[in-house]
Amino acid sequence: MLIKKPFAVKPSEITDRSVYMNRRKFMQTTSGFFLAGISSLVTAKTSEQQQGAGLAKLDYQATAAYSTDEEKTPYQHVTQYNNFYEFGTDKYSPAHEAQSLTTRPWSVTVEGEVAKPGTYTLEDILKPHALEERIYRLRCVERWSMVIPWIGFPLADLIKRFEPTSRAKYVEFTTLHRPEEMPGQKRRVLDWPYVEGLRMDEAMHPLTIMAVGLYGEVLPNQNGAPMRLVVPWKYGFKSIKSIVKIRFTEQQPVSAWTRTAPHEYGFYANVNPGVDHPRWSQARERRLGEFLKRKTLLFNGYADEVASLYTGMDLSKNY
Amino acid sequence: MSLSHIQFVKLVLFVVCLIPATVLGWNFYHDQLGANPFEALTRESGEWTLRFLLATLLMTPLRGVLHQSWPLQLRRMLGLYSFFYACLHLLTYLWFDQFFDWQEITKDILKRPFITVGITAWILLLPLAVTSTNSMMRRLGRRWKHLHRSIYLIASLGVLHFLWMVKADLREPLIYAAILLILLGYRVTKWWQKRAFSIAARQ
Ligand code: HEM
Repeated sequence: MLIKKPFAVKPSEITDRSVYMNRRKFMQTTSGFFLAGISSLVTAKTSEQQQGAGLAKLDYQATAAYSTDEEKTPYQHVTQYNNFYEFGTDKYSPAHEAQSLTTRPWSVTVEGEVAKPGTYTLEDILKPHALEERIYRLRCVERWSMVIPWIGFPLADLIKRFEPTSRAKYVEFTTLHRPEEMPGQKRRVLDWPYVEGLRMDEAMHPLTIMAVGLYGEVLPNQNGAPMRLVVPWKYGFKSIKSIVKIRFTEQQPVSAWTRTAPHEYGFYANVNPGVDHPRWSQARERRLGEFLKRKTLLFNGYADEVASLYTGMDLSKNY
Repeated sequence: MSLSHIQFVKLVLFVVCLIPATVLGWNFYHDQLGANPFEALTRESGEWTLRFLLATLLMTPLRGVLHQSWPLQLRRMLGLYSFFYACLHLLTYLWFDQFFDWQEITKDILKRPFITVGITAWILLLPLAVTSTNSMMRRLGRRWKHLHRSIYLIASLGVLHFLWMVKADLREPLIYAAILLILLGYRVTKWWQKRAFSIAARQ
């Protein structure tokens, strides 16, 4: 099918300004995605479309050590069913509303307890990092889950470049606040801008990545373009999207969801079948595309890698 | 033999009320309910339950405003359709959410306030559906009217159930709440007017 053809960009062009600054190409990409979205509505049954939507291709290596070999959630579900309240609270609205977001130029402000604070362009941020594919499970706090082939790089590698001081105990991330382009921000559903945080050892953990793509292509806007966090052992809302600020702090940051409902969403938000959400059980989940529900796994199945981060902690108190 | 006017209207309404269920079933069968079709079934059937409850409650004010009797003749069917969609909604929960694991279901009902409220509303609907026939109406007389006033509570519980379920965005349930307030407000106003009138008449 014509519109499913990958957009002709050389893989090496990911950090090349021309991909992003070229308005015409950008429009083509966007409209290509839009058409793919519409065509998938018409042909929803043929879910073999696993190859993305024709966004710019990325150059990356597969990292088998950290990837699951479970069946991947089809591209159109990953990109058309997700929460991104900046574009509306319905799970189908980000795919439509996010098309108008401009992600170039983009810069990220780094501040707080670091030797090298400053405002970095996205190109500067990405340049030194080789991209890898990480196929991770994603478990939403709403009891559904996906398997997503992210493209990104370890957050630890990025953090080291800013040289955090010994006082840096936590990292706080902030999402873009631009109500003109993010219609969901016109209503105070959450206390904008969206903020998330990690303890330093969580941020430095090899499983934690900054993602710039999925299914081999750059991130569609609705999935957090141009750069988002992915922390696979925590509920999805911890993996903050469209990041514009990274702040290193001594104090524990207060996440957007914690601010909204502190008794429901804590700082850690580790996936845990034994600790229920006050309004629903977290024991099971529906993997999208499956009929029977699966048992939710402690730390979303990454306990071997991350359980040691929390030894001695009461996980039901530190939810 | 020909249908009377109201019989014809009832027949049309009967078919129209089946449209949401048909469309939902069709879309489910053709995999058109998005990434999470089971969630969509529960949510859609829940919303239609609430819509039918509100439509049922609209009939009395409609009669008052239009000064016609036909709205009351459609009320029973709308009420029964509320029950029909509530049963579908409950079934999707019992099946796709819990897979008929009765122990889990009991725990869920006791633990999650929004489920407690939902099941209460459904249980309260049962006697209304059972006593909806003409003969039951005759047999119960005045008590029928009292019993069926619980529809006000049921609709309120439905709205509360929705409000309680939502994560952060209360807009949609609040719209339903506003509609319900108007419908109940109409009755309160009428009641006040009647009372004031009867007090005045006694003086
Ligand atoms: C008169 C009775 C009821 C009414 C009017 C009602 C109405 C609703 C409404 C409006 C929604 C939200 C739909 C949406 O998000 O668009 C909903 C969701 C839901 N209701 Fe009900 N409901 C009723 C009874 C029940 C019962 C008896 C149960 C189960 C025991 C139940 C379980 C649920 C569940 C599980 C959800 C979906 C939650 C989710 O998707 O996270 N409801 N209901």
